Amino acid sequence: MNSGIKKTSIYKIISMVILVILAILFAFPLYWIVTGAFKTMASINATTPDWFPKEWVLDNFNKLFSRQTAPLWELGIPFSSKFSADGKPIIFTAGPVVPAAIRWLVNTVFMAVMAMILTCITSAMAGYALAKKRFKGQNLLFTLIVCAMALPKQVILIPLLREMSSLSLYNTVWAVIFPTVGWPFGVFLMKQFSEGVPGEMLEAARIDGAGEARTFVEIVVPMIKPGIGALAIFTFINSWNDYFMQLIMLNSTSKLTISLGIAKLQAENSTDFGLIMAGASLAAIPIITIFIMFQKYFTQGIAMGAVKG
Amino acid sequence: MARSSTVTSRSKVLVRRETRSAYLFLLPNMIFFVGFVVIPMILCIYTSFFDSTMGNDTKDVFIGFGNYVELWKDQIFLRALKNTFVIVLVSVPVVCVFSLWVSSAIYRLRGSILSTFRCIFYLPVVTGSVAVTVVWKWMFNNYYGIFNYVGKGVGLIDKNINWLGDEKFALWCIILILFTTSIGQPIVLYVSALGNVDTSLVEASEVDGANSFQQFWKIKWPLIMPTTLYILVITTINSFQCFALIQLLTSGGPNHSTDTVMYYIYYTAFKLYRYGYGNAMGVILAIFIALLSAVQFKLAKEK
Repeated sequence: MNSGIKKTSIYKIISMVILVILAILFAFPLYWIVTGAFKTMASINATTPDWFPKEWVLDNFNKLFSRQTAPLWELGIPFSSKFSADGKPIIFTAGPVVPAAIRWLVNTVFMAVMAMILTCITSAMAGYALAKKRFKGQNLLFTLIVCAMALPKQVILIPLLREMSSLSLYNTVWAVIFPTVGWPFGVFLMKQFSEGVPGEMLEAARIDGAGEARTFVEIVVPMIKPGIGALAIFTFINSWNDYFMQLIMLNSTSKLTISLGIAKLQAENSTDFGLIMAGASLAAIPIITIFIMFQKYFTQGIAMGAVKG
Repeated sequence: MARSSTVTSRSKVLVRRETRSAYLFLLPNMIFFVGFVVIPMILCIYTSFFDSTMGNDTKDVFIGFGNYVELWKDQIFLRALKNTFVIVLVSVPVVCVFSLWVSSAIYRLRGSILSTFRCIFYLPVVTGSVAVTVVWKWMFNNYYGIFNYVGKGVGLIDKNINWLGDEKFALWCIILILFTTSIGQPIVLYVSALGNVDTSLVEASEVDGANSFQQFWKIKWPLIMPTTLYILVITTINSFQCFALIQLLTSGGPNHSTDTVMYYIYYTAFKLYRYGYGNAMGVILAIFIALLSAVQFKLAKEK
């Protein structure tokens, strides 16, 4: 008995040490991005790496911000070329002229927030209908949703690109947002959560004379809030990082997202690692901050969706 | 009698009302789902039977299974298929075993320590594939990378290796990076699954004298089986879709040694503008993923 306890505690200590080493290795690339962004050119190109920057400089960020410029904010209304007077898309431009990198960040935030809002609203509604209503074609629809989820999203990018150009949405942020909203994972997750809403409560609301919309907003939404929170943060992060979709759908400098921007930086200055790291930290820091802030919501939601599914 | 007939006629009205409201609730999502997921899927299959190349003045030409026949003779495609399978076959088991080990080591730790570990292992996922890839490209660099520096320092290698430019190493470098970006979600899932295992079962087995290995194998493993299955499926899909890493690190080179099907689809469709041929590859890839998922489900069910 005694030796057994000793053995398990030794095993525990060893596994703990391995875990800590692994955690350091996993965090290292991020550390290398952030410190690299503040290193001098000489330090970056040294054959003996500086594990910690000897001096912190802003050269890389200055270089990054002194490249192209663009107005801070520009928004094309989807399908506006169909109804505008001169047949050209309606575009709003606002704000001072800023470095392109800032503009990429603004584009990315807009894209991720918009995808998040649209996904949460439409998925919560559809998930509720799938879980709590009986209607014709229900099983067929659910099967279709599960099948679509198992397929690789990238496979549909080629036809999607042609569809977007014929809708004249190509090279607009909407071409990235709409397919993200349509992706059925959100509906699936919301269906799992809505199933936990007791039928008696819905019945009671109906007897009290609440309409469908009111029942949904006042009873269902508060009960599936944790699920909506999880879906929101999940969609935000995924859409922020969905490089392939952005790569296919966007091409002009002012339309780029931050991921595309760094990829472009890398293609144009493949060995200026300081500059690239400055861009990479500009992309990584905001999304990591958001993740850490909402970590609890996120992990719970992911786990709940999977366990129930 | 009269009562039951009013009930049926009332319930008919109710059913109709319910159906109508269900459709209204579904409508906004369906516009996006059908418009930007289902229709492209159908178009993908449809176009795969055509010679559809941009720049051709002629319209798409129906060629039946022509694209598919060409695929099986295309050495680059076959190589890409082989690479994809190597990536899947190596990374899926490693990711599953490793994440299970990490999760069982951390799931009983105190809340804040647990979430710190979980957060760190999730970091590479959140950081985003592009930021992760560019820093690895630097670390693998021939002259300025730390891999060569550390490798020489500990005596593993005698001279600088061009990791990403060498056919022997490039694919393994990609698998390594893919691994670091793949284990975040499985760990989150396993930690929560292990946390949900009924402690009374574990305690009862302890009383019966089961050691920790038996406890794991006989009690926890069957209980977390659904999670394992889910992880197998999502890791398989993710590994099949490996794209950003390839495009940014090696562009499929050297000598197509790191081409994957996903990258080759991109290359064919968006560099060579052969949409029909690219779509045919997409269909093949989807079939492989569906088959593999089905096999995994079947195996897990039998257990």
